[in-house]
Amino acid sequence: MNELILIKYGEIALKGLNKNAFEDVLLKNIRWRLRDLGTFRLRRAQSTVYLEPADPPAFDFDEAIDRLTKIFGIASLSRALVVEKSMEAVRREICGYLDAQLQAARTFKVETRRSDKQFPLKSPAISAEAGGVILSQYPHLRVDVHNPDLIVNVEIRDFGAYIHAGSIPGAGGMPVSSSGRAMILISGGLDSPVAAYMMAKRGLALDAIHFVSPPYTSDRALQKVETLCEKLVPYTGSIKFHCVPFTAIQEAIREHCPEELFTVIMRRLMMKVAEKIAREREINALVTGESLAQVASQTLDALYCTDNSTDLVVLRPLIGMDKTEIIRIAYQIGTYETSILPYEDCCTVFTPRHPRTRPKLRFVEQAEQSFDFAPLIEEAVRDTECRTITL
Amino acid sequence: MEIYLDNCATTRVCPEAAEACMRAMTVDYGNPASLHRKGMEAEALVTDARREAARILNCEPDCILFTGGATESNNLAILGAAAAYPRAGKTVVTTAVEHPSVSRTIDALEERGCTVKRVVPRPGGNFDPQDFLDAVDGDTFLLSMMMVNNEIGTVLPLAAVIPALKRRFPRLLVHVDAVQGFAKYPLNLKRLEIDLLSFSGHKLYAPKGVGGLYVRRGVRLKPVLYGGGQEKGLRSGTQPVELIAAMGAALALCEQNRAAWQAHYAALNARLREGLARLDRMPVNSPENGAPHLLNFSVLGVPSEIMLHFLESREISVSSGSACARGEKSAVLAAYGLPDERVKSALRVSFSRETTPEEIDALLAALAEGAARFRKMTRA
Repeated sequence: MNELILIKYGEIALKGLNKNAFEDVLLKNIRWRLRDLGTFRLRRAQSTVYLEPADPPAFDFDEAIDRLTKIFGIASLSRALVVEKSMEAVRREICGYLDAQLQAARTFKVETRRSDKQFPLKSPAISAEAGGVILSQYPHLRVDVHNPDLIVNVEIRDFGAYIHAGSIPGAGGMPVSSSGRAMILISGGLDSPVAAYMMAKRGLALDAIHFVSPPYTSDRALQKVETLCEKLVPYTGSIKFHCVPFTAIQEAIREHCPEELFTVIMRRLMMKVAEKIAREREINALVTGESLAQVASQTLDALYCTDNSTDLVVLRPLIGMDKTEIIRIAYQIGTYETSILPYEDCCTVFTPRHPRTRPKLRFVEQAEQSFDFAPLIEEAVRDTECRTITL
Repeated sequence: MEIYLDNCATTRVCPEAAEACMRAMTVDYGNPASLHRKGMEAEALVTDARREAARILNCEPDCILFTGGATESNNLAILGAAAAYPRAGKTVVTTAVEHPSVSRTIDALEERGCTVKRVVPRPGGNFDPQDFLDAVDGDTFLLSMMMVNNEIGTVLPLAAVIPALKRRFPRLLVHVDAVQGFAKYPLNLKRLEIDLLSFSGHKLYAPKGVGGLYVRRGVRLKPVLYGGGQEKGLRSGTQPVELIAAMGAALALCEQNRAAWQAHYAALNARLREGLARLDRMPVNSPENGAPHLLNFSVLGVPSEIMLHFLESREISVSSGSACARGEKSAVLAAYGLPDERVKSALRVSFSRETTPEEIDALLAALAEGAARFRKMTRA
């Protein structure tokens, strides 16, 4: 039995002359994600990638499909049987291949797509013939074209005819790294992992930057963020993880700036550190998990102050989302359980009792003048530790 | 230099125990249930360890069951007694400061319909025996009280409570979670009339994963785990001979050095108390007459976790509350009536046989340094 996976892409198919470049990235990502599952060939034609294992019976299709559903740029997948491009072959193989599904169903229909227009029969005729064969072998089945339990698919394509029982939705979006690279500020909370997921979905490869303030934050808090990155990797691919020692900067803000501006100044200094590290890596965009009005540092005035500290593009994919929507995605991508672990809150010593919700940039900049943060920023950048989080 | 001051969480295994463990894994590695000689040699190790534990408790060796640790002993004692005496009454009396392996097990009984009374400590951190005498009534089938509290070191008044209650209610079952007191204080079970007593190996220089339960003769329990019927059918599963042998070796050492080590802990405790008194706003939460091997105090104005991680950066390991409550505020400290400010900044320091006075001095110096730095940050 000769099985393969048909991988169909969505948005890439709409691209013009640079479509090839997007396809190349997608194929590269697929190869990387499935690299330990044995040898296989990837062929592309007609907005479809054909994943053909060298040894189909030994190939772990379930695992492969599970991984493929997390690769951005894929609209849908089907595990299919390849047969010779003749009606004879379709008639012979169709019942055997889909036996389990046909047994379980009570109603069905056959859908045919004939992209090879050389094939002598037209789609409705192919469906009718295949349906006839099935009905003759499974007397319990009825045809229902409106709401069938099972849709039997026959695809007549360039390289052969394919039989399958429907497709699984893919992750959608654009292949990771086809849009370039950005740096996500990741804290360990619920929002930033979701933000990372969403930007990866639009084709960004990611660096992650995390700020640690020992002893105000613990090794466990850092471990938690690393775990979150590990959970993101199936979607985002390898993540370059930068860990910035931030204690000295936080203590200096605490000592030299007004309490109610602590958070906004801290955010600005984080952006400055991130920008320096991003520039070294030729990255032009930062990503944050901010959502408008969620907390004091995420009001429009506060975001204006934050943005003013960097020249990079700041992407905020969650800006218009409610917490419940964010939590739903966190659940779905599996970061929720880790995000709610309680280690982060030892940083609360610094949180002002009454943060300024509408900080004015002029006053914030003035407050920052009271201390020369530049050497501390340099030091933080210099002492940043970097490692790659991968599968 | 590594300074480990969290010995109530666990201790470093002593060389004698490590050696016994190694030997049981590589030489006497038989299954004690096997009929051949290899099995009998392994069984002999288990028997020796049983004798050692019995000697400490002044009881017959066949009253000692080995378990996978004190959590398991506590579950077996409480759930096993509840199941074995279904008609004995519906009330359980316990304290508000038990370890979760007792308190949550009793919570489970409460969910099944038992009435639970929880005795609270008096101001100052000690228990009044009268409170237990008042709480227990004719419907009470089980009293479960710890011997020494694991967070602040209160020594509970077992001798003033248990015989008095037993005289009034001869059928009352008494369970004692003795993890923090076993092999530290003398225990004469012939006189104390305790029915069930749990202990753990790894707090006493033995490896993790082994503990025991004393079951008085004539007391029935239903097993929690079913299987091959080891340990009188109450703890099925092949005995971990290497862990049991290691615990036996560690217990022998504890018994030999009991008085000397208690004196050693007391000296360290006094040194730490004196040092704290000289420092600014570091009140002691442990009662004056608490167990000497631990001391709980607060560094006011500095959340526990921050000080803990600061000390960690000086290679000093202490605990905030108990290790089981990782990251959560201690409900036990609140039950002791400590103000919130003290609960949030509480630290527990616990000594081992290897702890030195110099280590206490290093701790005190680090506390002073940390307090100065972090109180400024918190504006406390």
